[in-house]
Formats: sequence, structure tokens, C-alpha cells
Amino acid sequence: MPDDQRKSLLRITSIETLYFDRIYALHGLSLEVKEREIFAVLGPNGAGKTTLLKTIAGLLKDQPKKGAIEFGGKKIQRLAPERVASLGIVYVPEDRGLFRELTVAENLELGCWGRRDKEVNSDMEEVLGLFPILKGRSKQQAETLSGGEQQMLAIARALLRRPKLLMVDEPSLGLAPLMARTVYDALLKISKAGTTILLVEQNARLALSIAHYGYIMESGRIVLEGTAKELSENEDVQELYLGLGGETAASPKGWRLYKKRRRW
Amino acid sequence: MDNFLQYLVSGLSIGSLYSLVAIGLVVIYRSNRILNFAHGDVTTAGTFFAFFMLSSNFSFAVSAVAALVFGALIAMAFYFCILVPAQRRDATQLGQIILTVGLGLILQGAVQYFGGTEPQSFPFPLSEYIVYKIGVVSLSQLSLGTLAASLLSCFLFYLLVQKTRLGLAMRATSENLPAAQTLGIPTRRILAISWGLAAGLGVVAGLFLAPALLLDPFFMLEPFLKGFAAAILGGLNSLPGAIVGGLILGVAEALTGGFVSIAFKNSLAFIVIILVLLVRPEGLLGEEFKERV
Ligand SMILES: Nc1ncnc2c1ncn2[C@@H]1O[C@H](COP(=O)(O)OP(=O)(O)OP(=O)(O)O)[C@@H](O)[C@H]1O
Ligand SMILES: [Mg+2]
Repeated sequence: MPDDQRKSLLRITSIETLYFDRIYALHGLSLEVKEREIFAVLGPNGAGKTTLLKTIAGLLKDQPKKGAIEFGGKKIQRLAPERVASLGIVYVPEDRGLFRELTVAENLELGCWGRRDKEVNSDMEEVLGLFPILKGRSKQQAETLSGGEQQMLAIARALLRRPKLLMVDEPSLGLAPLMARTVYDALLKISKAGTTILLVEQNARLALSIAHYGYIMESGRIVLEGTAKELSENEDVQELYLGLGGETAASPKGWRLYKKRRRW
Repeated sequence: MDNFLQYLVSGLSIGSLYSLVAIGLVVIYRSNRILNFAHGDVTTAGTFFAFFMLSSNFSFAVSAVAALVFGALIAMAFYFCILVPAQRRDATQLGQIILTVGLGLILQGAVQYFGGTEPQSFPFPLSEYIVYKIGVVSLSQLSLGTLAASLLSCFLFYLLVQKTRLGLAMRATSENLPAAQTLGIPTRRILAISWGLAAGLGVVAGLFLAPALLLDPFFMLEPFLKGFAAAILGGLNSLPGAIVGGLILGVAEALTGGFVSIAFKNSLAFIVIILVLLVRPEGLLGEEFKERV
């Protein structure tokens, strides 16, 4: 359950993001992420989940066009990605964002870029303890890792930056269920150790199994929000996203829930 | 056989200069995905700067270092003041390449204005006329110095790229820019340094070419095109490829000039470009950049 005492870390108010100045990808979207919890954003293909994370990370030039993004009380919309990163927001993209031609060790070293504190070594050990598979692969090029190992490397590298907010885009994408579970268990451990996580996922069941709070996003808007428990018990969510009830798959077009709610 | 060895060695010496030019082009292609058509002119400007310093009675070492810095500053200023604003306005790849052509023309004009168009001999501490005999091969002091200086530059650059943190950041930035940005790596600064280093390597080549050719505003045109051919031969995105490409081109040129006809010496570079693009577009050591989603 989200605890109202907890401080808000990230607050997004009615942002609008456009591609090519005319295609709306985010339509006045608002959401809030509180410290030390896992927040999940769920939604079908093309809902704008990746766009949301990229907008926060500053990777879309001059976006959001409208609205505000506050991080720890400071306005960060339209900052350069390097600046956003230096504030403690680390983004693990859908394609994992690894340096594929560099080795595992080099990728990890780049995660420590700009850190001068003494804890770098102990952090490195901690991270390798979390993902022991990476230990034996340090001299291997990142592109030769399996999909799951690449995801672990991407998360490990992100952790070395000591993020205040870790944003992960579809960590389960392309992974076998067992591997996806391993990655999710690691995310849960990371959260327990005090890192706030903003998670984007199509696999609602997996995401809701670790998240405290969830947002359901369709066509660039938040159409439903609630605690993980509330969402799991919601009939529409069960039908459209968890594959219970009458229909099996999530709506391909992504407007089902939205339409349905409008009818009420 | 003796002739063959002689051509081989002189080919390696001149080829090593093509390698230096090619590395500069490849560094910029890898990190910015554009061809730098101003490379030769930046080099010319740097070499002319050394010439002025020498004329004002500075020592050769001081003049050479100043020329490297001068060339590097021009390239970095171009990156920061022209290329970055253009990229911010979503300039296409082609648009950016045309900007480098523009820079080249501006520099050409400036060099003509300040340096004059008359060919001048470039005072150099190594002589073309002192010749050492090593076995059956004779090598001028200048060729020997050229070979040593360019191989040393290549080696130092290799160490920088492969073994230092700066080099690691350069490799990361050229491979995956957004990832480097989200890790907080100062990518602008890293790219500016790449521009500076590329220009510096070019000026090294210019300094060694000037005494062999004569110094005029267009003396780098041919070496630039040969360096370009060498880069393409090596695959355009591979540093070892650039080095090997330059050496092969130099040797092939010397052999053609020696055994076939001196008339073909210059056409060879273009025959190489055409053949590579037709037969093996990814070059000898190149690997197509994998398209990333
Ligand atoms: N670079 C782009 N240029 C133009 N339109 C884009 C671009 N990237 C995304 N879009 C559009 O923006 C909308 C949202 O895309 P986005 O990638 O954010 O969806 P998503 O929720 O992450 O989907 P998925 O689950 O498939 O990853 C889509 O309609 C998409 O076509
Ligand atoms: Mg996505």
C-alpha cells in the first residue's frame, strides 16, 4: 500500500509529448512516484510507455512541449540527458542500452563514470553479488551475452550510478519466464535496499507481483491507477491485462479500457 | 627483387602518412557518422601555422606543437560553434557533411589570404638528401623519420583509445550516444576531444608531407584523398583498418609507380575506392554498424 507519509520523488503534471511536432504520444499525462517504492506503468503496445520514460530522461529533444516534471522538488523538463542523469535518474531502455562492442567489465566501469567516492569497489562487489552470472563474463563482449544476461548487465550498470530513481523499460521483454522471474527478484531486492523504481511493462501479472502502485496507460493517457492489489482485483484489468475473465489477450489497439470507462 | 624491397619500404613510409590522415577521418566517422571534408584543409592550416612560427624564428619543436594545437582548436571550434548548433536544429547527415565542405572552403580562402599561393619550401630538421643504406634498401632521413613518427603516433593513439578512461568514453560515445548520455558521460566534451585529436593526427601528417611536397594552400588535397581512399579500404569505421589501408595504399602506389608507370600512381587511389565500394563495401577490416532499434 502506498503510504501517504512517504515523500514524492517524481511528480509529472499534464505533460504533452509530440513526435515531429504533430503526432501526440503523450496527452496531458500526470503521475507521481513516491520514494522507495516500485511504481509500474502498464499498457498495450503503442500506449506511449517508452515515450514517457524517454521524456523524463530528457532523450526527446525539446519535449515535453507542455507540462512539468519535478524531481525532488526541482523542475527537470527539457533538461539535457546528461543533466537529468547527473541528478540521479537512470534509465534502462527497452533495447538495454549496452555498449555491445565493449566488454562486460568496460560496461560496468562506464557505469561508475564520474564517481570519485571510495565505495565504488564495494558497490561493484554488491552488484556482482546480485548478478553472479556476470562475474565469469567480465572479459566477454556485451553482445555475446544472452538476452537475460544483457538485461542483468544493463541493470547492474545502472545501479553503479547509485540512482535515486531507476527507470526500467520492459525488463521482461524477450526473456523466458524463469529468467524474467530472476530479473524481477533482483528488482525487488534493489527496491528493498532503498532505490525507487519506475517500471514499464506489458506483462501486467509480473509487474503487479512486485509493484506497490500501478498506472494503466492507453493512448498517451493514464486511464486507471491504484495499488497493485486494487488493480489486480479490478475486473477490467483482469479481463484486459491479466487474461482472466471472458477474453484472453490484452486489447491490441489499446483503447478498450478507455472506451469502456467513457461509457460509464 | 632489390627494387621491390626499395619500393616496399618507401611505400610504407608514405603509406604511414595516409594512415594518419585516414585515422582522423575514421575517428570522426565513427563518432559523428559524417565524413569530414575539411580534414585536409584543417591540416593545411595547421601546417601553415607551423610555417609562420618557423619564419618567426621559433624552434621546430615549439612550432610543431603549436601547429598541432592550432589545428585541434580549429576542429573543436567547428564542432562546438557550427556542428552542435546544426545538430540541435536537426541537421541531416548530408547537411552536416556539407558544413564540413564549407569549413574546408573557408579555411582554403584564409590560407590563401594569409599564406599566399606561391609554393614555398618548408624548413624541416630532417633532410631528404641524407640517405642511409640498410642492406639493399636506401632510405632518406626524411622517410625514416616519417615512418618512425607516424607509427609512433598511431601507437600512442591506439594506447589512448584502448587503454585510458578517456578512450573508453570515446568508444562508448561513438558506439551508443544515448546510452552514454544517460550514464552522465559528458558526450559533447568527448566528441570535441575526438575532433581535436583527429585534426592533430592530420597535422602530424601535414608536417611530414610539407618538406617532401612544397607548401602551398592545396598541398594536402592529394594526401587527403589518398587518406580517404585508405579509410574506405579499411572499412571507414575501423581504426586498425585505417592503418592497414594506408600502408597497403602506399605500397601499392609505390609498386605501381615503380613497375608500371609513374602516370598511374595517382589514379590508383581512386581505382581502389571504386573497387572496394563495388566488391567489398564494408572494407577490409570494417564491419557494418549494426542497426540498432
Ligand atoms: N521516434 C518516433 N517517431 C514517431 N512516432 C513515434 C516514435 N516513437 C514512438 N512513436 C509513436 O508514439 C506512440 C507511443 O510509442 P511508445 O514507443 O512510447 O509505445 P510503448 O507503450 O512503449 O509501446 P511498446 O509496448 O510496444 O514498447 C506510438 O504510436 C508510436 O508509433
Ligand atoms: Mg516501449
